[in-house]
Order: sequence, then C-alpha cells, then structure tokens
Amino acid sequence: MTTNAHIEKKRLDNPPATIKFKIQRREREGASAHWETFELQYRRNLNVISALMEIRKNPVTVDGKQTTPPVWDMSCLEQVCGICTMVIDGKVRQSCSALIDDLLLASNSDTVSLAPMSKFPNVRDLKVDRSKMFDHLKQVNAWIELDGSYDLGPGPHISNATAQERYDLSRCMTCGCCLEACPQYGDDNYIGPQAIAQARLFNMHPTGQNTKEERLNGLLGDDGIGNCGNAQNCIQVCPMSVPLTKAIYETNRDITVDALFGWLKK
Amino acid sequence: MATSLKIAIVGGGLAGLAAAMKIAEAGHEVDLISVVPVKRSHSVCAQGGINGAVNTKGEGDSPAKHLDDTVYGGDFLANQPPVKRMTDMAPEIIYLFDRMGVPFSRTKEGLMDFRRFGGTLHHRTAFAGASTGQQLLYALDEQVRRWEVEKKVTKYEGWEMLSLVMDDHQVCRGLIAMNLQTLELKSFAADAVIMATGGPGMVFGKSTNSQTCTGSAVAACYQQGARYANGEFIQVHPTSIPGEDKLRLMSESARGEGGRVWVPRDPQDARKPKDIPDGERWYFLEEKYPAYGNLVPRDIATREIFQVCLEGHGVGGENQVYLDLTHIPAETLTRKLGAILEIYEMFVGDDPRYVPMRIFPGVHYSMGGLWVDFEQRTNVPGLFAAGECDYSIHGANRLGANSLLSCVYGGFVAAPSAIEYAKNVERGSTETNGIYDAELKKQQALNDEIIGSEGGENQYKLHEEMGKVMTDNVTVVRYNDRLQATDDKLVELQDRFKKISINDSNLWATQAVPHARQLRNMLDLARVITLGALNRDESRGAHYKPDFPDRDDEKFMKTTVAEYSAEAPVLSYEAVDVSLVEPRKRDYSAKKKG
Repeated sequence: MTTNAHIEKKRLDNPPATIKFKIQRREREGASAHWETFELQYRRNLNVISALMEIRKNPVTVDGKQTTPPVWDMSCLEQVCGICTMVIDGKVRQSCSALIDDLLLASNSDTVSLAPMSKFPNVRDLKVDRSKMFDHLKQVNAWIELDGSYDLGPGPHISNATAQERYDLSRCMTCGCCLEACPQYGDDNYIGPQAIAQARLFNMHPTGQNTKEERLNGLLGDDGIGNCGNAQNCIQVCPMSVPLTKAIYETNRDITVDALFGWLKK
Repeated sequence: MATSLKIAIVGGGLAGLAAAMKIAEAGHEVDLISVVPVKRSHSVCAQGGINGAVNTKGEGDSPAKHLDDTVYGGDFLANQPPVKRMTDMAPEIIYLFDRMGVPFSRTKEGLMDFRRFGGTLHHRTAFAGASTGQQLLYALDEQVRRWEVEKKVTKYEGWEMLSLVMDDHQVCRGLIAMNLQTLELKSFAADAVIMATGGPGMVFGKSTNSQTCTGSAVAACYQQGARYANGEFIQVHPTSIPGEDKLRLMSESARGEGGRVWVPRDPQDARKPKDIPDGERWYFLEEKYPAYGNLVPRDIATREIFQVCLEGHGVGGENQVYLDLTHIPAETLTRKLGAILEIYEMFVGDDPRYVPMRIFPGVHYSMGGLWVDFEQRTNVPGLFAAGECDYSIHGANRLGANSLLSCVYGGFVAAPSAIEYAKNVERGSTETNGIYDAELKKQQALNDEIIGSEGGENQYKLHEEMGKVMTDNVTVVRYNDRLQATDDKLVELQDRFKKISINDSNLWATQAVPHARQLRNMLDLARVITLGALNRDESRGAHYKPDFPDRDDEKFMKTTVAEYSAEAPVLSYEAVDVSLVEPRKRDYSAKKKG
C-alpha cells in the first residue's frame, strides 16, 4: 500500500450567489467585437461548457436584454479533442476542463471572462478556424511513409523508453494553445511549436527516420524553426504537457548535424 | 483516370478514416464529410486499447478464443461469421497500426505489450498509455492527410450530412450536406456512400459520447429506407464520472490494471475510504464472480453497481461506488493509466492514485445501428456502413477494446465492398435528371421551416426532456409500462418539436439550426430504441427486464429490424447466424468451459 502524502486540492468555500460571464461577441469574421455579460446562479461542479450551455438555452444579458446565443465549439468534453479551446480569464485553455470553482478561486472574483483565440480567424463569438494548423502538419510530412496498408507483419522493435517519449509527443491534440501563447507566431511568419513537435515524433521512429530529411526540409523555409525566439510560452500553456521546447531543441540539433555532416552520408 | 471512382464517406473517426485510406490506396477518390475536423472525432475518447489475439504472452490465446469471448460476451446475438472475420483480422490490424508509428506500450524486449480487459482471461489488449483511441485515430488521420496531399481525399470538415440522394430506383447516388458556418447546402454525387458516423449517445442527453454523437445522419438514412437493427441494445458503461455537461468515461483499463470496485459494508459508514479496513469493505463483484472478479463484462458490472446503489449501499447513500486503485504503486499507475487518471483529477479534484474514485454507470455505446450484411452493405443499394453506426459485431453487449477493432475492421471491409459495388453499378444520367436539385430543395425547405417556426418551444429543453426520459427508462433496467410511457412522451416531444422557435437571429455559424435538425432525427432514433426494448420480452446482454429475467433463445435469438414509417417504426425479426459457436448460457461466476 502506498502511503505517499499528496496535496489536497484547494476548494472554493464561500461561493458567490451568482456568477457573471463576460463573453466577447462577434457576429461574423470581420465584424467588430463587443462584450456581453450574462449571469447564472452559482452551482457546484459547473465548468465553462455547462455554463455556456445554460446561457445558450435562454440568452438574456445581465441587463435583461434578449440577445443571440453565444457560439462556441465543443465535442469530447474530456480535454482530448482540443476543439473547445478559448481564452478564459486571459489564459488560453480548453473550456471543458475549466472548472468554475477553480477560476473563481484563482481570480478571487465572481466573474469569468471568455474570449476567442486571437491568432486564428474568428468565425463568430468564441469559434475560430484552425485549419492552418492541419496545413502545417502537411508541410512537415507528419506521417510514416508506408509501403501499403496490407499485412506486412509487425513494426520494428522499439524500446519502451522511446515509445514513451514518442507517446508524450503524440498526445498533441492540435488545440492551438502553443500558437496562441507564442510571441513569434502570427501572420503566417512561423510554423510554430506543434508542427515541429510532430516532425520530431516521426523523426524518432525507426521507419520515420528514413524520411527524416523531408520533414526537416519543411522546417527550413522563411516560416521555419529559425523563428523560434525561445520564449518558452508554449510549454507553459500546453494542456497535454507535450515536451515542445525539447522537441524544438532536438529538431534544431538534427538540422545542424544534418547541415554539418549530411554530405558524409551521401 | 476513367476508372477512378468517387466514394463519399460520412464521418472521419476511426471507421471513416480506415475506409478512406483503403479507397485512396486502391486509386479511387474520396469526399470525406465530417462535422468536426476529423482529428477531433469521438474515437479520441476511447481509452483502454484494441483487442487482437497475437498471443505474445504465451497464454495460448487465439483468434478462435477471441471469437468465442466476443460472441459469448455479446450473449449470442451477433451473426458469427463477421465476428470471426474480425477476430481473424485483428492481429494484422494491430501490426498495421504498429507500422504506422502508434506509440504502443512496449515490453522489455521491445515488443508490443498487452493488458487484460473485461470478458476475457487473456492479455489481448494492445494499448498506448490510456489514450489508445486518440493514438489510433491520429495514425489514420496522418495517413489520410498524406492521401489528401496526393489529392485522393478531399475533406469537407465542418459539414453535416442531412440526407441521402436517392434515384427513382431507390439507389443511393450521393448525399446532401450543410456547411455549418454558412448553412449552405451542397449535393455530393458519389458512386457509393459509406456511413461512419458513430453512435447516438446524445439521444440520452448526457452520456460518455462526444457532443457530435447525435446519430442524426444515420437517422436520416433510416428515414429514407435504411434498416436500423438492434436499436434497443445500448451499453451502459459501469464506470463513468457524473458531470453537469457529460458523463466522463473512466476506462475499463482501470480495472484491467487491478482496480477494485467496492462499497462500505455498512452504508452508514462515513469514514474516509482509506480509513475503512479491508474486512469492512464489500468487494461485491469479486464476491459474486470469483473467476472474472472486477473484469466481468460491462452489462453485468453495470447492473451490479446499479443494484447495489438502488438497495441503498452506494457511498454516502448516493448513486456512487468506489473504484479503487490506491493499492497499486503510484508510479505504475502514472505509467499505465496516466491519461485517464488525469481526467478524473481534472474534473473531480481528487488524485485517484491516493483516493478511491467515485463512479456510476453511464450510457456509453450503441451495439445497434444500421443493418448491414457481412460485406457492410446496408439494404439500400449504394449505401454502406462501418463502425459504431452499424450493428454487426457486438450482439447484445460489447466487450471492452473491441470497439476500436470493430471500427477499423468495418472500414477495411466497407472500402473494398463499396469499390466493388461502384465498379459494377450502372451509372444513370443522374446529373441531369434532377435528383440532386430536388433533394437540395427538399432539405432547404426543411431548414426554412425550422428557421420560420415560431411556436415558442425551446429546442434545448426538448432535448433535455428526451435525454431524461430515455436515461430513466431505457437504460439499465427496463419495464414495459415505462417503455410504453416513454414512447408516448417521445411522440409528444415530436409534436412539440413542430412548434420550436430557434433563439438565434444570426444565422451565420449558428448552432441552433443544426441542433434542431439533429433533435428531430434523434427523436426518431429514440423511438426505435424504446420500441425495440418494449417488444423484446427477455433479458439478454445490455437489455434487462426484471419481468423477463431470462434469455429466450427460441423467441428472441433474433435481430430486431426497424423500418421507418411516419407513424412509428415497423419492427420485424431476423434469425441470427450462430453457425460457428453453439449458444450456451452466459455465466461469469466460474471459468468458462469449452
């Protein structure tokens, strides 16, 4: 029996009677943004999603004005699909795992603010278009080149340590937190941490190593890895604890080794 | 490329992507329609693993045993030939994912590691941490992205299928989908359509499913003549974490790695769980099922937990029991179950490495779905189905870690089957005879009707009412009078649906119109599920009626088949192919014979 002590979570002991939600609204891409505030009765175990669901049912602002229901994206609600990412009390994160009690404790207030991510086109209200991130994965050939999907037996032997390291990279859910927080990312000038980490994921695989250079080439352009300013914001906000800075460092090292000694292999 | 065919796939989870990869690889073109970017599909939620009898542990496991476990676990309601084909294919499917670079957990030798799961005595489940579904989905997402670059696959992400396009001979010629940003409707002509849209968990309001799992597209197929089979078989997962917005899954792997389910022997016992000595804990699953213990199949574990709480033995008198991992070293737990323990800690606040989890059953999976033959063909020519949205593999109860397998299997069978069909189908002058325009107009009219409706009913409240009545009466324990009352309520909700007023005047990227259409379709599926249950007077797998506590093979070893009519689903029954494993009584209290 393990008896390790662990730290009990701090809980909200004196909750307010009502909670205010300050939500950034935008009718559609290109329209101007404004804020609306909604009020809900406090309940235990609320998260941002369940609050939004409640507001959506009957969207009336705190001033009694009937308005349109806020639009946001949601799917798994278990912080594994990445779709419900937004900026909550100034911090980018998934709204499903943002528990109201924790937010109120941290801000020591009765108000939660919700805004869309700022680095992506704002479709409406809290909904953004992150298709660019999937294009970035194409740019770095983020896949294993298979001869075919027919039966060719098992893959190569891999140590559990390597599998574990790759697993940590492979948990990236393309949510965009790292890009939102990265001071270098914006206006298509930098591919950003997520794609670099995915290049690293496949470059670490015994089969993936065969096409390593193609992946590295995808990171050598004007928008490539050289734009990383080492602010290390990405690692602070990554909800999956993907070792982004390590992946950037190791990929940089690969590129340097490749540049210095690449001719030896030819 | 005169020989290149166009196949539309609806749904970009494991089954849809598996089919897309196979079709692209065969040189044909795919239009892939998905309500969310495919990488965000519900398959990411699958946690525990994928089954395949590779027998690397020297336990004498084999595909034949996997077949036996699956049909026995499914209480002999599945046609056995496709189950055999799946369990035979399982090892090569797992190896393929290994080659694609899925970071499966490894043994010291560097081979894939396998864990135990419910309903089997073998280590048969390959896993990548405790987020295997996410990892498998990503692997297929990556392969399909490669085909997207090769221009073989065109993705329509953020599009929702509304209906099939049928020609005058009731042959499926494509589909209509709606852009969820602009509400634009578009017709997709296709030589064949594969449905891979997953399950209908949202019918129950709260479930372990993603918000996208409405079953809406499948309901549309049903309304247009596709048969829906075994709708009443809904798996309620024994261990979920109740929440305001959803029931979060606590994977079976928690028990696979040694988790124990218990309640205090004295229901009044208010001590902290760790202060209750072993002798004063009631490990009711281990006591009743000494051979399988905590790893009895899900339907059994669910009923036992439900019953224990019903009888007042729940922790603190509430609907919850302990799922205890605290006897396992924290480091082992982190390595093998980290992802799911984080979910619990994130949403509940307690660290399950040190504090037993509190769990309760939650709606999880639909064994029922679109009727398909052994080649994944629905009864509608040109329409195929794969994954959770088809009914074919799991019978009356699904075993853990068989879902990821059946999704990939279904996709791998549907793809060549659809290609074969498309090669031989007669191509009518479909483009010119106006069937696409006619269906577009029909669907636009439905949208206009919803947008113009001003009866004052709130769509979200109707959804809540549906979810509540379904959860209360059509899940773990079922009684005929309550099932009848549920259907009456559903008919009432269908009537009230006609009077909804959407509350969004801004139609750009509105969620009100798509949700209203989903709700309308979910109500149809809810009736299929409820009436299927009402008419099945026996208990089998996930379907349990105290008034009919035994399995009745003579009358009900049959597939329920529902066909749409405007008044109510029309039910009929079809014999089950049990040609491979002779049906026998399920008994998990002792080791399996045979």
